[in-house]
Amino acid sequence: MLKINNLHATVGDKPILKGLSLTVNAGEIHAVMGPNGAGKSTLSYVLGGRPGYEVTGGSATLDGRDLLALEPHERAATGLFLGFQYPVEIPGVSFVQFLREAANAQRAGRGEEPLSGGEFLKLARAQAGLLKMDMEMLKRPVNVGFSGGEKKRAEMVQMGILDPKFAVLDETDSGLDIDALRVVGEGINAIMRQPGKGVLLITHYQRLLDYVTPDFVHVLADGRIVKTGGPELAHVLEEQGYEAVAA
Amino acid sequence: MNQLATLPTRKDEDFRYSDLDALAGVWPVAREEIVVAAGASEAMQVCELGDGNVARHLAVNVEPGASFDLRLLNAGPAFGRIAVDVTLKQGAQFTLGAAQLGAGSQTLEIVTEVTHAGPDATSRQMVRSVLAGHATGTYLGRIVVARGADGTDADLSVRAMLLERTATANARPELEIFADDVKAAHGCAVGELDAAGLFYLQSRGLPPPIAKRLMLQAFIAEAFTGAPDEEAMSEAALARLEALL
Ligand SMILES: Nc1ncnc2c1ncn2[C@@H]1O[C@H](COP(=O)(O)OP(=O)(O)OP(=O)(O)O)[C@@H](O)[C@H]1O
Ligand SMILES: [Mg+2]
Repeated sequence: MLKINNLHATVGDKPILKGLSLTVNAGEIHAVMGPNGAGKSTLSYVLGGRPGYEVTGGSATLDGRDLLALEPHERAATGLFLGFQYPVEIPGVSFVQFLREAANAQRAGRGEEPLSGGEFLKLARAQAGLLKMDMEMLKRPVNVGFSGGEKKRAEMVQMGILDPKFAVLDETDSGLDIDALRVVGEGINAIMRQPGKGVLLITHYQRLLDYVTPDFVHVLADGRIVKTGGPELAHVLEEQGYEAVAA
Repeated sequence: MNQLATLPTRKDEDFRYSDLDALAGVWPVAREEIVVAAGASEAMQVCELGDGNVARHLAVNVEPGASFDLRLLNAGPAFGRIAVDVTLKQGAQFTLGAAQLGAGSQTLEIVTEVTHAGPDATSRQMVRSVLAGHATGTYLGRIVVARGADGTDADLSVRAMLLERTATANARPELEIFADDVKAAHGCAVGELDAAGLFYLQSRGLPPPIAKRLMLQAFIAEAFTGAPDEEAMSEAALARLEALL
């Protein structure tokens, strides 16, 4: 479903991705691990189309559609979701306000009927419940004053509401307490562990993978995938570190 | 700021950024005198949404213990100037919430002079400008705290958002204080829409015009919060914002 081939990208003229190739088939969850500064967040931003991240070579397609040719909101409409490592605070705009418009913009892009206010609130309440987040928090301005863990949980509530085909989750586990980690892990399984869906799970720690068992684990170092293995690779990395394993 | 008999020139500080040719067409500007009687509370909304040239000059006296709530939406005119002189007597309160929304080659300006003439008066002023295209938005705000106006509390917040680099924002807050025990704060900022926020909203599926509109709505909402006619003003502003994007 997601096919990345020999992807090259620069940030501020500095090459960060240097020939990255990766394929995720429908129904699979892949973990991506790697040292700080390796280019993991850059990969997620390039897939999402963030301005300032320039693709200089290679390709990325989602179910055959050329992601790189689309605007960020069009990528969302094809079913791509980004879980941000650092979710952005937006003063004065509430989650429910923007998510209903976002959900309906995506539905319009797919030729579906818009959700009414009532239908949307019902959906939002159900997804907030799944992630054990107080619905009142979704009426507050986007991420403003949220703790680090609350922001990550809110990312997953948004994912539940938007129901994407493919999610790139950038360190969704960092900042979560032990109980929240389990709730988020279960949330990811409930929302994304489905036939026809796929996930790229960027993480530094094995812990999340105890809840969300990956089909494959990749090591991203210096802008490339340098090693791929099964779930056991995460354990080996945790014990031995990147230098020993990816050398 | 007294009524000038002759057409101002660039040398007049209060008209430095004005569109003098357009001004000539509406000159002289009649002063609209408003007196808020001692102890009374009054509110006024001014919405300039038509597209002709407009210049207005309000002169407001807020008598002891009275309060005046003024909201301005300066959005439609090719040239739109709203000047407001306010004199606050003892214990009077003044609230200004203003938004200017401009595009194309519009020249919009709000010029205020608030004089704290008596002690213990309060003024709260908030001005928000959103400027696209080649529009110019100017805010000139003077606060004068007269001798003996001890216990004054004056607050002025001015922010402008440029949607394109071709637009211009001018802001000049001024404070003249001749009294003691005065609390006066003013903040002034010109910026662009937060790119990270914009990408975040877009990544969720919002097309750029909708994402921008949501962020700008939030930006100007502060100016109308608590206004007696908050809903109508917000709606008028929203319609204008949508036209800008
Ligand atoms: N605007 C920029 N200008 C120049 N270099 C940048 C810019 N943004 C990011 N980089 C660099 O790109 C490299 C990759 O950053 P990226 O955020 O993708 O790393 P990461 O693998 O996600 O790291 P972490 O595990 O710490 O989150 C880093 O060396 C970073 O300093
Ligand atoms: Mg990162």
